[in-house]
Amino acid sequence: MINNKPDLIDQKLQDLNNDGIDRRGFLKCMAWAGTGLVWTMSGGIPMSRAFAKTADQNAGKGGDFSFVQISDSHIGFNKPANPDVTATLQTAINKINAMPHQPDFIIHTGDLSQLSKPSEFDTLEQVLKGASAKQIYFVPGEHDMLTDNGEQYLQRYGKGTKGTGWSSFDHRGVHFVGLVNVANLKAGGMGSLGHEQLEWLEDDLKGRSASTPIVLFAHIPLWTIYPDWGWGTDDSEQALSYVKRFGSVTVLNGHIHQIMQKIEGKVSFHTAMSTAFPQPAPGTAPSAGPLKVPADQLQRVLGITDVNYLVSGRSLAIVDSPLGASGSSASGSGSGS
Amino acid sequence: MTKDRLWVTSLATPVVITMLLLLVGFPNVKANDQPSAANVAVKIDNFAFGPQAITVPVGTTVTWTNSDDIPHTVVSTEGVFKSKVMDTDEKFSYTFTKAGTFPYLCSIHPKMTGKVVVQ
Repeated sequence: MINNKPDLIDQKLQDLNNDGIDRRGFLKCMAWAGTGLVWTMSGGIPMSRAFAKTADQNAGKGGDFSFVQISDSHIGFNKPANPDVTATLQTAINKINAMPHQPDFIIHTGDLSQLSKPSEFDTLEQVLKGASAKQIYFVPGEHDMLTDNGEQYLQRYGKGTKGTGWSSFDHRGVHFVGLVNVANLKAGGMGSLGHEQLEWLEDDLKGRSASTPIVLFAHIPLWTIYPDWGWGTDDSEQALSYVKRFGSVTVLNGHIHQIMQKIEGKVSFHTAMSTAFPQPAPGTAPSAGPLKVPADQLQRVLGITDVNYLVSGRSLAIVDSPLGASGSSASGSGSGS
Repeated sequence: MTKDRLWVTSLATPVVITMLLLLVGFPNVKANDQPSAANVAVKIDNFAFGPQAITVPVGTTVTWTNSDDIPHTVVSTEGVFKSKVMDTDEKFSYTFTKAGTFPYLCSIHPKMTGKVVVQ
């Protein structure tokens, strides 16, 4: 699917580049979201024409790079919504391995396991061993914290992290921060970062140049999507106040098993699909639990997120793609324009 | 009185007295009918505890059953009780031996809250 799209993207973006930032054209592009294709731009002219092709040519030149976000693998889940989540995770890894331009690393935004069982983490590790991208960063989801505040999770993925598993790293001039908002949750509340982590975050960002692109990643969305279902983080306001001064901020989350996004000033928020099972759109079902879809549709509602960083525009282009096409025709071409 | 009647009466009296004594001596023949320690069920489904608030007598054992297709937990906010993670169809029971109000939540999905009032 990814192979077909770039030509169409190119056409659309040709217009964009000729007209400057054409809002109508941009919104038309946004309509692609229905077929699983999403663009964000922040700062500068979008070099999006370059996204698929130039990214390859200029790989390494001037620091362009890409990484992939996967989320909510829920290894151990075995109900009708997806009786084989290990297989669909494998499909996601195969898809990443087949990408023409290999990502520098993978980020997993949590709910690695279903029940924090050692066997589940073992299975996950087996599948991830087959990824060409050898560097994988993790943040836990609430399903990974089920045994003594995430002991199992921390033993395996906590190296170099603080507290319940937060950390930061730099990659080619972009500053990445992995946050944990699934520990010490309060009754009636949503996600929570906690005082200690917020203090650490403030300190971590201090003194960095405002032109440093920032990527925050955490399991539960850092903006309020649907409080009734706990889809938000109670104290994210404070965290976001620390990144307000930066020119480009991208927030990557999981937890809700569907794509949602919001742009607020210089901050782009984006949630990823799950590799295990979809969940209903807010308020469209009695609860947020696994959503059953016809078996031949499953691959369309699971997916990965490819993020391309383009130095020239200091922008991150986010492209979601489903694990597979449905039985029907690849009609994106018609409806997309 | 005839001799027979006298005999019956003298026999009956001690029997009646004995019966009265027996009645007095067995205090478990209660006037008010309190049920003995009961079992109360709470069902977990659709990310909710049902009933959300229950009132039970001291000594009641409450059993939570997870009928959802997602795991949940039952954790007292005051640290009084804490279940292991419950997958679909798994149960957790706790016997309330003290009176009081016991709010609890699902530690995985904190929007799920419930309350047990023990009287």
